[in-house]
Amino acid sequence: MSDSTHRPAPVSPVEQRVAALEALLTERGLVPEGFIEQVTRRYESETGPMNGAKVVARAWLDPQYKQRLLADGTAAIAELGFGGPEGDHMVVVENTAATHNVIVCTLCSCYPWPVLGLPPAWYKDPPYRARMVREPRALLAEMGCPLPEEVEIRVWDSSAEVRYLVLPQRPPATEGKTEAELAALVTRDLMIGVARL
Amino acid sequence: MLVDGIHDLGGMQGLGAVDHSPAEPVFRHRWEAVARALLLVVADAAGASGGEFRHAIERMEPGHYLTSGYYEHWLTAAATLAVEHGLVTVSELEARAGGRFPLSGPVLAPPVADAGPDAGTPRFGVGDRVRVREWHPPGHTRCPGYVRGKAGTVVRVDGIYSVPDIEAHGTARRHEPTYSVQFDAAELWGDGQRGVRVHVDLWDSYLEPS
Repeated sequence: MSDSTHRPAPVSPVEQRVAALEALLTERGLVPEGFIEQVTRRYESETGPMNGAKVVARAWLDPQYKQRLLADGTAAIAELGFGGPEGDHMVVVENTAATHNVIVCTLCSCYPWPVLGLPPAWYKDPPYRARMVREPRALLAEMGCPLPEEVEIRVWDSSAEVRYLVLPQRPPATEGKTEAELAALVTRDLMIGVARL
Repeated sequence: MLVDGIHDLGGMQGLGAVDHSPAEPVFRHRWEAVARALLLVVADAAGASGGEFRHAIERMEPGHYLTSGYYEHWLTAAATLAVEHGLVTVSELEARAGGRFPLSGPVLAPPVADAGPDAGTPRFGVGDRVRVREWHPPGHTRCPGYVRGKAGTVVRVDGIYSVPDIEAHGTARRHEPTYSVQFDAAELWGDGQRGVRVHVDLWDSYLEPS
């Protein structure tokens, strides 16, 4: 028997809950003028995979840069002007014919913001976080990245302060391409490691 | 497998396919961007550390966690911290929202009064065999459940960082070296899979010699 007076009140729609918290914090003077727009703009247009693509293209063209990138990712990425929160301790992992790298954060959503922007929804959702450490070969195949048995898979769970970037292999027949043309080949998924050239 | 918090998802079965798309907007709705910004506002106003901020998400009721998206997690953590730090009250939130406003559950771990001394020198070097402590802390930790009790090999010694288990529970801090530890997937899961190595980044006190 249900009694409406004992039924819990319905949960407010999420948009209304956000608006409620925003209004209360604003009334208390805690939200600086323009702050929400400023942080939104930063992650919508000023950072994103286009930054990481420049890093990868430079590494493909310049062997000395690649060496520096693999030795000290943070410093080499800073040479191109990228750095900041969630990019202070960067490690770049290199794909080869024999190895494939892929990044995940099983505990939350750690991701290298300065070079890839904010993570996509699927990276933060439970199935990817649960499965990439347990059955990466099956999951990669399911996501359109089948790997031969002889290719070793290296999964990197970003569980502390280091953030990872995958350096994909340079595709064949790209000699003579400019840095910008090469960067245009580099996708977000390649740098997470759920795709392979 | 023992799992302490719903967020500790590594290896959990039955969650289905990854809803993958090669490109999508950074924010699918404006409220997502606002929720994200509000957590930054609250963390700043409350002086909340990264550990406290993550723990506020991890304390969400498991059913709510699994059935709500990422930015609803941020909203819930922001509102929870705002209430716990006295910036707003639950009744104000619910009155404004026009309905129930679910918050995260209480902190179960006691505040850390004595963090113990910093550990300046790494105990382990590249190539050392280590085993992850088998323990189940009631509070925040960055040690995933799926590697507890498992043996691996140190492949990288990283910097010295504040231990999240301490910083999530008060103002005390302890700093320790961190390591990237490599585990053989077949050993983690006992399923005979070949050619898969899983690397987990771990604080010094999570490890013992193996």
